[in-house]
Amino acid sequence: MKARAIVSRHLILILYSFIVLFPFYWIISASFKTQIDLLMGRFFSTPHLQGYRDVLFSGTSDFSRNFFNSLLIGSVSTALVLVIATLGAYSLYRMRWPNWVLHSLLGWSVVFHMVPPITLAGAWYTLFRAVGLDDTWLGLILAHTTLNLPMALWMMGVFVRNVPSELVEAAQLDNARTPEILRYVIVPLVKPGLAAAGILSFIFSWNEFAVTLTLSQRSTATVPIGIGKYAQENTIAFTEMAAASALSILPAVILLLFAQRFIVRGLTSGALK
Amino acid sequence: MRSTTLWRYLTLSPTLLLFLFLTVLPLASLFVLSVHEVEWRDRIAHWDWVGMANYAHLAKDTLFTAGILNTLIFAVVAVSFQMILGFWLALLTQRVTRGQLVYRTIFLLPILVPGIIIGAIWKLMYSFDFGVVNQLLLYLGMTPQDWLGDSSLALLSVIVVDVWHWTPFCFLLLLAGLQSLPEDIYEASRLDGATGWRELRYITLPLMLPSIIVTFLFRMILAFKVFDEVYLLTGGGPGTSTEVISFTIYRRFFTEDQAGYGAAMSVATFAVIAIAIAAVSRIMGNKDPEAGV
Repeated sequence: MKARAIVSRHLILILYSFIVLFPFYWIISASFKTQIDLLMGRFFSTPHLQGYRDVLFSGTSDFSRNFFNSLLIGSVSTALVLVIATLGAYSLYRMRWPNWVLHSLLGWSVVFHMVPPITLAGAWYTLFRAVGLDDTWLGLILAHTTLNLPMALWMMGVFVRNVPSELVEAAQLDNARTPEILRYVIVPLVKPGLAAAGILSFIFSWNEFAVTLTLSQRSTATVPIGIGKYAQENTIAFTEMAAASALSILPAVILLLFAQRFIVRGLTSGALK
Repeated sequence: MRSTTLWRYLTLSPTLLLFLFLTVLPLASLFVLSVHEVEWRDRIAHWDWVGMANYAHLAKDTLFTAGILNTLIFAVVAVSFQMILGFWLALLTQRVTRGQLVYRTIFLLPILVPGIIIGAIWKLMYSFDFGVVNQLLLYLGMTPQDWLGDSSLALLSVIVVDVWHWTPFCFLLLLAGLQSLPEDIYEASRLDGATGWRELRYITLPLMLPSIIVTFLFRMILAFKVFDEVYLLTGGGPGTSTEVISFTIYRRFFTEDQAGYGAAMSVATFAVIAIAIAAVSRIMGNKDPEAGV
């Protein structure tokens, strides 16, 4: 009886694993097919690298530039988010702000986090055009930073509050100044939080589509924008779209294999306080 | 002590500045924009005051009402399925001793992949001519369907993609909730002879209620923001069958050049969400502003 229950649990979980993995398998196998094999619905065919060659090395393909833009915007905005959120969380929770400041700031960040980013994209577009930030890396970095700040501020808040206040007070008694307390007391103790918030911020930036679509042109477009373009063209280049998609899944796979601990901690820190 | 006060302001100012210039100011500008109609004449934007006309137009706009309705249906149906399926998978995974990490790794993959790529993958799989879904139907002797082109199927097809995409998120949060439940309660209940369904009904579910509510709210918020998948899969069509609110706003602003009207839509959406948050936090009797994140 017990053995049967265990086996049936595994069977269901394995079945669901197949459901999860099948679309990825399908897109990767599609990326190795020729357009004709794919359109004919041939399930098995000799693997071709043409899709990858077109995406990576053809002169008309923007993929490598998109990839570079995604990496640049993702890493710079993540660094900014972490610095701003750590300072902000420390200030809010450990520097005795009046309650209304704490509550209105956090309340506002919750509201902002909940509205569809597209509602602000129009305003950002107008604003960025007025100050010459549209279609620039700086503009996109600022937008991504703003989008991910509520999540990071809130996550770093959880970790900063977990630092025993005795430690901060002891440092203050030793005449440590705020930068020193941050550097030698807070930062070492919130490192797991920084890792979790940083990885999530990078993933969210890497995945961001709606706002980037409205604020970027060809030279600043990121990977999702490039993929969206394939699908919008009149004659869809299916194999290129498949190859580009397969390549853009790579960062997620790498982070999942090597940093899953932090991803899980980050995603669940909202559910468990 | 004075230097502490200085640092107090210095540490918070980056957050404040960013919020001020990139969220408060844009919202204010949206508000101003929403009572104007912007027209481009000779490459110069002319702002014509139209008062509340844009807002008055909202109520009569069938695209806007269809967008709100579709977003609601989409969110409620998709998230309900995700919660039930996610909870079931979490229960199964928690009881498995070997291979838990392997299952979790596999299940997590979809939520880390860009929504637009999920859309691209499923667009290929749903393709009428060569998509694997129709190939499977043919193999089983059934009629192929135009999953994204048929207005009675399109919203359902998008919901299926969303369930596939986000069930793992519910799974992960609920699994974390299950793993944090105290073990001794289960031991006690087993001594009292509770098994299977009764244990689930009277012990697990009540204890899991806070996790379930938080997970549900998290997902609802994300579901209301849906844009990427719809943009790629259906573009809101056919007709208005998959028109969601984000997409309506996007079109007004960026493809139809009705900035003033798009701004009115944005402000209305913003207001509805702020009211919803206030209502939910009052109902839950929770003054903690983080409770809804």
